[in-house]
This record gives sequence, C-alpha cells and structure tokens, in this order.
Amino acid sequence: MNTRRGFIKSVSIIAASIAMMGMVQIASAADTIKVGILHSLSGTMAISETALKDMALMTIDEINKKGGVLGKQLEPVVVDPASDWPLFATKARQLVSQDKVAVTFGCWTSVSRKSVLPVYKELNSLLFYPVQYEGEELEKNVFYTGAAPNQQAIPAVEYLMSKDGGSAKRFVLLGTDYVYPRTTNKILRAFLHSKGIKDDDIMETYTPFGHSDYQTIVADIKKFAAGGKKTAVVSTINGDSNVPFYKELGNAGLKAKDVPVVAFSVGEEELRGVDAKPLVGHLAAWNYFMSIKNPTNKAWIKQWSDYAKAQKLPTADKPLTNDPMEATYIGIHMWAQAVEKAKSTDTDKVIAAMAGQTFKAPGGFTSTMDPSNHHLHKPVFIGEIKEDGQFKVVWKTKGPVKAQPWSPFIEGNDKKPDHPAM
Amino acid sequence: MFFTEVYKRKLLKIANILMLIVLSLVAVFTSHNAFALDAKEKLALSLGENEARIIALNKVVLKGDAQAMPYLQSLLDDAVKVQGEKLFLVTDEGAKDAVTDAEVTLPEDAEDIVNNNQMRGELEASIAALNLLSKDSATRLEAVKLLQGTEANASRLALIQKAENTESQPEIKSMLGMVRASIELTSDDKAKRLAAAEALSTSANGGIKQMLSARLGADGEKDPEVIAAIQLSLKKIDSHLATYEHIGQIFTGLSLGSILLLAALGLAVTYGLMGVINMAHGEMMMIGAYATFLVQNLFTKFFPEHFGWYLVTAIPVAFVITALVGVVIERTVLRFLYGRPLETLLATWGVSLILMQGVRSLFGAQNVQVENPAWMSGGIEMASNLSLPYNRIYIIVFAVLVLLLMWLMIAKTRLGLFIRAVTQNRSMASCTGVNTAKVDALAFGLGSGIAGLAGVALSQIGNVGPTLGQSYIVDSFMVVVLGGVGQLAGAVYAAMGLGILSKFLEGFAGAVLAKIFILVVVIIFIQKRPQGLFAFKGRQID
Amino acid sequence: MQNHYPQLTILERLYPKKGWGMLLGVLAVLCVLFPILNLIVPAGNVLHVSDYTIALIGKMMCYGIVALAIDLVWGYTGILSLGHGLFFALGGYAFGMYLMRQIGLDGSYHSHLPDFMVFLDWKAYPWYWKFTEHFWYVLILVMVVPGVLAFIFGYFAFRSRIKGVYFSIITQAMTYAFMLLFFRNETGFGGNNGFTDFKRLLDIPIATPQMRMTLFVVTALMLIGLLVLSRAIVTSKFGRVLTAIRDAESRVMFSGYNPLHYKLTIWTFSAVICGIAGALYVPQIGIINPSEMSPANSIEIAIWSAVGGRGTLVGAILGAGIVNGAKSYFTVAFPEYWLYFLGLIFILVTLYLPQGVLGLWEKLRFKKQTKTSVEQSTANIENQHD
Repeated sequence: MNTRRGFIKSVSIIAASIAMMGMVQIASAADTIKVGILHSLSGTMAISETALKDMALMTIDEINKKGGVLGKQLEPVVVDPASDWPLFATKARQLVSQDKVAVTFGCWTSVSRKSVLPVYKELNSLLFYPVQYEGEELEKNVFYTGAAPNQQAIPAVEYLMSKDGGSAKRFVLLGTDYVYPRTTNKILRAFLHSKGIKDDDIMETYTPFGHSDYQTIVADIKKFAAGGKKTAVVSTINGDSNVPFYKELGNAGLKAKDVPVVAFSVGEEELRGVDAKPLVGHLAAWNYFMSIKNPTNKAWIKQWSDYAKAQKLPTADKPLTNDPMEATYIGIHMWAQAVEKAKSTDTDKVIAAMAGQTFKAPGGFTSTMDPSNHHLHKPVFIGEIKEDGQFKVVWKTKGPVKAQPWSPFIEGNDKKPDHPAM
Repeated sequence: MFFTEVYKRKLLKIANILMLIVLSLVAVFTSHNAFALDAKEKLALSLGENEARIIALNKVVLKGDAQAMPYLQSLLDDAVKVQGEKLFLVTDEGAKDAVTDAEVTLPEDAEDIVNNNQMRGELEASIAALNLLSKDSATRLEAVKLLQGTEANASRLALIQKAENTESQPEIKSMLGMVRASIELTSDDKAKRLAAAEALSTSANGGIKQMLSARLGADGEKDPEVIAAIQLSLKKIDSHLATYEHIGQIFTGLSLGSILLLAALGLAVTYGLMGVINMAHGEMMMIGAYATFLVQNLFTKFFPEHFGWYLVTAIPVAFVITALVGVVIERTVLRFLYGRPLETLLATWGVSLILMQGVRSLFGAQNVQVENPAWMSGGIEMASNLSLPYNRIYIIVFAVLVLLLMWLMIAKTRLGLFIRAVTQNRSMASCTGVNTAKVDALAFGLGSGIAGLAGVALSQIGNVGPTLGQSYIVDSFMVVVLGGVGQLAGAVYAAMGLGILSKFLEGFAGAVLAKIFILVVVIIFIQKRPQGLFAFKGRQID
Repeated sequence: MQNHYPQLTILERLYPKKGWGMLLGVLAVLCVLFPILNLIVPAGNVLHVSDYTIALIGKMMCYGIVALAIDLVWGYTGILSLGHGLFFALGGYAFGMYLMRQIGLDGSYHSHLPDFMVFLDWKAYPWYWKFTEHFWYVLILVMVVPGVLAFIFGYFAFRSRIKGVYFSIITQAMTYAFMLLFFRNETGFGGNNGFTDFKRLLDIPIATPQMRMTLFVVTALMLIGLLVLSRAIVTSKFGRVLTAIRDAESRVMFSGYNPLHYKLTIWTFSAVICGIAGALYVPQIGIINPSEMSPANSIEIAIWSAVGGRGTLVGAILGAGIVNGAKSYFTVAFPEYWLYFLGLIFILVTLYLPQGVLGLWEKLRFKKQTKTSVEQSTANIENQHD
C-alpha cells in the first residue's frame, strides 16, 4: 500500500531521470571538433592516468592556440571511468554515440582497452592508446602510440645479457598477475630460450594487484641469485606495488650492481612518491626519458611545467614528463596532422591518412606511424635510476625500431599479417 | 645456538661503531709513497668502452696506488665531465682541470661520463681494494665486506695478500682470507684451489655460494677432487643459510602481524567497543600518512638539519589530526546512528569516499613522497641472506608501544573506565552521571587517532596515496572479528597468527593462494566460534 | 497489516488495481515504446532513444534486479550481505563462459579455446568448462552456481547463528577471497581481463541494435517478473515470518519456527536472482571481470536499496536507478567531484532518510493528507539492537 504510492512515484522519477538523460544528449554548438579523453581520475589507476588527462588537455590547448584543426577548435570531453573496467565500456559508448567525439585518447590498462574495443569496432570510431602493452593485438580502430614488446622488453633483456649490462645469465621474471606481464614474460621466456638459457635459470613469479608485502619475494630472489650465475630481475610489477618492492629490495641489501632490476612500468611519475636513494642503479626501459637532452624535449618540458603552473595542478611544484605522456602528446599531434591531411574527421579517412605520419618527438627522434600496423616506430632507451628520481640513459638504439605487435616468439604468430584484419 | 651467535655479532657491531668513533678522533692521515695518476691513465679510466676502462682500472689496482683513489672516487660520484679529450672535475666551487688541477670554468658542452652498474661495481671494488691498506680499521672492515660480495678479480690478489699479512684485527683478517680464497678458487695451483674450497665452507654468504656453484658449471672446475671439496662446502653453506632463512620467515611473519595489529587496533576501539562499523577506518590511516608527509615537508623547509626527527614529531601530529577528524565525524554523522550498526557502515562508506576524493583534490591523485629518515633505512645484516630491515624492526616496536599505551588507557584511566561503562550499558552509565555523548566522541577520536598512528607506520613501508586505506580495510576487520569483538588480547593473537600463517603459506603457495586460504580459514573459524577467539562471557538477548 | 484482507485474491494481495495498471504501463513503455523509439524512429528525430540510453537503462535494470535481491534479504529479513556482488559476478561468469564458447574460431589465435587459454598454453578446456557450449546448460548454471554457493555458505552461517555485523563481514571476506581467486590467471577465467570481446549469442551477432533490444526487453520482463514474484513472497505467510525474524528472531524461535529454513530459503533465492541479473548484464555490457566481486561493489549494492527505501522492493529498484543515474551524470558533468556527491548521498540518506526516497515520499504525503490510515509498515525496519 505504501508500495503502491511508491510505485507511482518511482515511475515518475524514472521518467524524470530519462528526461534528464535526454537533456544531456542535447549537444552544444557545432563549430568545434569534439575529442574524448577517457582516463581514470579516481580509483586505483588515477595515480598514473591523471597526468595523461592533463597532458591531453595541454596538447589540445596548444593545437587550439595554433588555430585548431580544419579551422575548427578542438573541444575536449573529459569523463571519469573511475578505474572500473565495465564503466570504461559504458563511458566509451557515451563519448562516441552521445557526445559524438571524433576520436578518443585514453585507457591505460590492457583490460580497459579490451573492454572498450568492441565499442570502437561496433561504432567504427578511433581510439589512441598511449601506453606500452603486451602486443598480440592489431585493431583497425586503434592506434598504439606506446611500445610493443619488441620496443621495450626485448632490448632491455638484451642489454642485461650484454657485458655492459652485467652479462646476466639467470633471470627472475617478476610481475603483477595480469595479461601484460604474462604475455611479456611468455615472449621473454621464448626469447631467453633462443639465447640458450634454460628453464632452470628462469624464475617466474606473479603477485596480485596492489600487493604490498614483498618480504617473501625479495627473500626468494636473494636465494635464487645465490644459485650460481649472475642474476637479473625483469619486473613488470604494475603501479603502486613498485614502491614497496623497491623499498624492500633496498632494505634487504640487494644492490643494483649485484642483482639489477629492469622495470617496464616504472617511470618518472611512478618514482614521484619514492625516496629513490635505495633504487639508484636499477634500470628501466622506455622510449622516452625526461632527462634526454635535446631542444625539443627542453621546450616540451617547459611547456608542460608552464601549463601545470597556469592550471594550478597539484603537481605543479614538481612537473614531470614520462613516456606515456610523450606518447599521448605524439598521438594527438599525429591525429591532428592526419585530419588535416584527410580534410575530414571521418574514421576511415583518418586511418588512411595516419599511415606514414611523422612527428618530431621530444625523445629526440622523428617518430613515424607505420604504414600498415598502427604502431609507431620508436627509439628504445635504457636508463638507470638516479637519486633524484630521474633516469640516466646508459644505452639506446641507433634509431627508431619498428613495432612487432605479433611477437615472433609466440607460436603461430609468424603467419599473422602485419596489418589489421578488415 | 644461533641466537648466541647473533648476539655476538651484534656486540661486535656495537664495538665496531665505537671504534669508528674513537679512530676518527685520533686518525692521522699520512700519504702513501706512491704516484698519482697521469693524464693518459686518467683518460683510459674515463673514456671508451667499459671493457677497456676496466682493464685500465685493474692495472691501477695492480699497482696498488692509493693516490689513484680520489680520482676513482670522483668518477664514482659522477663528478667527472669530458669535452673532447679534456677531463674536468666538478667541485663545489666550480670546476678543475682533472689533470693539472687548475681552476677552470666548465665548458657548456661538457658531457657526463656515464658509468653503468658494471663500471660502478668495478670502481667500488677497486676503491675497496685500495682501502684495504688504510690505517683506519673501520675503513678496512667496510672495504673487505664490500669485496666479499663482489666477483673475484685476480688483479686484486696482490693487494689482498699484502693486507692479510699486515692485518691486526682477527675479524678482518679472517674475512680477507675468505676473499683471497674466493680468488684462489680459480688459481692454477690445485692445492690452492682445494684449500680455498675448504676455507669457504665456513661462510654463510650467498655471494660465495654463487661463486662456488659457478665453479661447478660447464667451464668451471675440472679436477674431481676439487669438485668434491666444492660440493661439500656448498652443502655446509646451505645448512648455514637455511637456519637464517627460517629466522627470516618468522621475522617477516611478525612484521606483517605487527602491521595488521596496528591497522586493527583503532578498529578494535571503534568497532569492538563502540559498535560502529567504520568503513572510513582505512582513510584515517591515510590521513595519518598524509600528516606524516606534511610534517616531513615542514622539516625539509624549516629544520633540514634535524630531518631525522620528523618521524618522531609526526607521531603526535598524526594522532591529533586524525583524532580531530574522528571527533568531527562522530559529532556530525555517527552520533545519530548509535544502535544501528549496519547504517554506520553505509554512512562511513560515504565518509570514506569523501575523504579519499578530498585528499585527491588537495594533494593530487598521485602518490606523495615520504622519505625514510636515515635511521629507518637499511637493516641489521644477520647473515648475507638475512638482513632485518630497521623500518620493520621499528614498526614491531612501535606496534608494541601503541598496544601498551592503549591498554593502559582503557584499563587504567578514567576515560577508559567510562568507555568500558558506556560500552557495557549505555543507559546505566548515563544514569550514574557519565556524559555519554562526550565519551562517545572521545572514544571515536581515540580509535581514529590510533588509526592515524598506523598511517605513520605505513608511510614508512609503502605508498602514501589516496587509496592507501582501502587495501587494509578487509584485513583489519578480519583481525578484529577473529580476535573477538572488544578484546585487545584477541586482536593481538589474531594479528600475529594471521601474519605468521600467511607468510608461512606464501612460502610455498604464493601470495594469492595464501591470502585466499587465510580468508577461508577465517570464515570457517567464525562459523565454529561466532564470537571470535576471546568472547565476552555472558548472555545476550536481542 | 496484510491479514486485514484475508479474502483477497492473490493478484489483489500483491498490488491494488492502480498498481497493476502502473506496472503494465511501465512494462509497455519498456517492452514496446522503447523498442519502437530506438529501432524504428530514425536517429536525429527528437523522439529517438539512442543506443546509449538503451544500454544505460539496460544496465540499470540489471542493477535493479540485484537491488531487489538484496532488499529481500536485508530489507525483509534483516540480513545485510556485503557479498552480493559475488553472486552477480558468478552468474555473469557462467553466462560469459557460454559467450566465450560462441566466439568459436574468431579469436585472435583462431583456436577453439578462448584467447586467454591459448596464451597460458592450455591445450583443452578444464573440467568446469564442460558443456558450457550448450545454452540451456548454461542457463541452469547461471542459477545453480550462485544458488549452491549461497546455500552452502548460508547453511553453515545461519546454523551457527551468525548474524548482524559478523555475517556482513564474512560475506565481505567471501567475495574478497573469490575476487582474488578469479584474478589469478591459472584459475581459468581469464584473470584480470575476465571475459570480453563477445561475438555471438545463440549464433546471432551480438553487437547489433536488434540483439541489444532483445536483451533489453528480456531484462525488462525479468525485472518486472521478479518484482512480482518477490512481492508474492513477501506478502505471503512465509514473507511475514521473514519480517518477524528481522524484528525479533528469538521470539520467532520461541514460537516454534526454525529461522534457519526461512533464512536459508530467502538467502538462496536472493543469490539466484543475482545470478540471473549477472547473466543479463554481461552480454549487454560486453565484459565480466573479477572487479565485479570487489567488496566496494557489494557495499554499493546495499546502498542502492538503502537509498530507494528498504523493505519496499520497488524502492530498491528505484534506488539502483537513482544512484547509477547520478553516477553516470556526475562522472561526466563533474568528473573530479562526483565522489563527493556520491559520498554525500550515502551520508544524507542514512542520516535523514532512513526509509529512503520512498520513505520521504510517504512522509510528504502523510503531511498533506493526515486522515488516511497510513501503515506503519516500514517504520521499524532496523530496530534490531543486537
């Protein structure tokens, strides 16, 4: 009986909320090109993704100041998928079908990318993905501006095996239990086999997300390292877990020159929250470091710190740039160039125009979009962590490396075409 | 057995520190009768491929030239720059020509000399080898310790032998013997190899184990007799190492337990005593950690010379801040919800969302940097495979102290008496004149403050970020529920039990399965004893 | 009270005529009007309902079913579960297994196994994947898996007379343990990524407006159907015993009832409903992964029903709609501040609207027309002082 009245009320509320959603639907003026930004601003991934959102806004700002694209201003639409993977899919659909964005820049974790993929395929829209990832994917609707495994993981391990890197003969593959570390380690294991390293000399361990107690694992590494040959650790530990891991390493007295750790997810931004003294000498492999010295990079860093100050970002007192930020920056510029070239924001025309786009990246090289495989040709740098949380480049490739999204070290991939299936 | 050994080691350590102080007071530095490096040698050390540089380095060490040390040290400190073929030393005042020592201005385009790990290791070892002949025994001890862990290098043999012959300290002498043995393991003389293999059996050092096992490899030892000796030594080393491994396991368990205990103690007050399910408990810890961060920043700004004290200062500050936040939450939200425990859950969940986002707005979503003060970094090296990190030791001590204070507070003070009275019978307490509203606020403040203290401790071992508290909330509820509501002793047993059990399981099942298993155990346990380990005696009626 | 009307037919017992009218009206809107507005009215027309809106409402209806489930155990029986996300996810996973099998050879590796198994070098399906290629088997699985788990868990918990906060916390531990288990790649459910990239359902391509609308209509029918069924349960004698257990379990025992049977039945039923909701949710959203089992999600579920009004069924559904509607509005309008709004909603509702939005509505009505005999039905929902 109260339920009945409640019922009437509830129906009217439902109706009202539908009407409200309808209101949202009515878009604003048409003389702009809408650009979606899909990065988590809350939840566990906010730590990494917030900076990418700000970088995207800065780049859009820069392009707008220069007159926009096709004579129109870009209008960023920022949404917060809150580190919630299904919400990524919902938000992506909202950006594309509701806000009618021409392109989306976003995602960090592989699972968030996988979750939005069907949406972009179905609605035939574009996603630019700026983070290093495990490969094994090549989609028509996605441009991957981060590194594929052969642009990060394999060069790093080659370095560790070289004389300069300490001639490591025994490897600990340590990661967070999800698809990126799993695939990377699978590729690395096959690669190590090809270099004559036996399974006995490889230890593969995974920890859950957000793992913070590395005492046991560090003790295991110590034990493994005492097993006879020079040992190195390849870490694909994700996000927050890096700090406790490195702190434990330092306190347990494992020094970089005894057991070097090379990490693929530790960059300048991750080291922000860290007292880097115990980490000095450990390595990271990226396609960009803030410490790289060249005029483009200098200007870019200055632009970023000015922007951070102007926007009063919480990090303005210590503005940092890192690899995914560079990839975001390159991605947005390349997209703008491609739109200019295609004279349209139509997905298929832009995809065609993206092939072969070049951009002078802050990393000091000219990055090129591969004509067919939707990945960038990027240089690879290996840096040692310094006390101030920056990296000292100790090795780099001669020039940009072409990406192999289908790693030749995984069975059956040799038959895969180097372009997205149509 | 090994505990006495541990004890001895500790005593030795203290003795060494004392000696260091005495020696540094009376130390007289005299220069060795040797030659400084010439320009060619300096260039060879600094430029070119690492391999060539290491050969040059070995030559310098072979000469035993202590004068080379300052330059090697500058290389190690990244204080050497190069422009073309000209080397510069960067000093506090400006720059010097590395060869002539003349003051010069550093050219704009001078580049850093890049030392990677390998090069740095070699430099450190070379400096250590040269330091073996130092007058200062603490320097010598440090040097020989460093050499023990590094790869054997024949070019250092001469220096080591010389040092061993002149060494007066028995401890250093025996360690030097080990280092020599590890070099002689690759000697051409079979007798020497045999002796070396035997000598190394007494060590409990992972580095030496690594060296020995490497000799058993394909391109290693060929002589069967020596191989047998090496195998025997390895076995002995393994048994030394195993002992320490067990100690290590118990220690990590205790350490995890103490963290769980700290996280759960505050909850034991708010939930156990007051019946409030505080889902924002984790956020109180987070606020405590951020308070630590703020105090740290104040210290770097105003008293950088007393930086080490910031953590001590942070303890009361964090307590007061979180306690105040707690009181505010109690007065504005929770006081309307007493007797409705499930609704406190929902409301405090809302509070926790707001607090998290508030911290994000104030400090950014990224983690902030909380540095360990010097006295928290590093650890006591019990054996090469077991070092007890200071931060973990201090946290165990801290947990015990907090527990003690809290017990005193609840059991011995007037406020504690009131809290217990209100918990047991609110209306009766009120009748006898207890201001229950005030007691509620204070008790919730106390619980929150203790969570803040846990936050101070957590800031020293992990991340300080907006989501810090989230990861502890399930664990701390487990501890409180398992221990029995309203029981401090129960919480202690539960925390330590869970800590040690989960570390023990992690050893062979891995972190994830261990955690799942623990949760299952807790669930089953509660089925068996719904009131926890220690239950209130008495009857309840609903 | 209900027993004032013993002579009513079952339909009359559930809802008065007006209520049934409204119900049918909503059903017509959801199952007839929306399909027409979405599929037939062309995009661009003012009346057109976008795919996005359909997806959003479809999702909310799934959440509505979950809220209904929690209202049955919490609102009517006084058992607060912080683990209902688990039952929801299990139903989703069970149905997801079928959807994964439907991908067939179209995965990245063109294997008959799902991509994640290929990538772990598995050669065959593990035993628990047996028969999941059969639609009917999976439909059973969707209900049986959460049901059996809930039954076993509930049996032991209720037998030991665990209640109140203790029960809430062990349900939370349960869902947390399962989340960790499903996060492991070796468990065989795709680890962190879970299941995604579905292609077909019953051999029909899944990413089409028609299929989406079909799922939408099925969800709507399910929601209304389950609402009526739940209403039938709570207005029956069985339902009144449940309410009695909520208000004074000991007295129910002293009167000769065994609360175990009642609690266990409604608890298991509730879990089964959640499983169904999960199964409907997965094909519409296109992904299922372990974060659905995170304790935070389950707490949110409880909050939906609190916001709408506990012990009212329709209120719970309404609550799910309001909270999720607010969430999807605020995450766009104020991405940096939406957590403040969400947090405030939770606090304000618990403090000022203990009966939820519906309770507020009742209060307002009560003020307006003081004469009618306003039932005290929802007044003493949470008066169990343990």
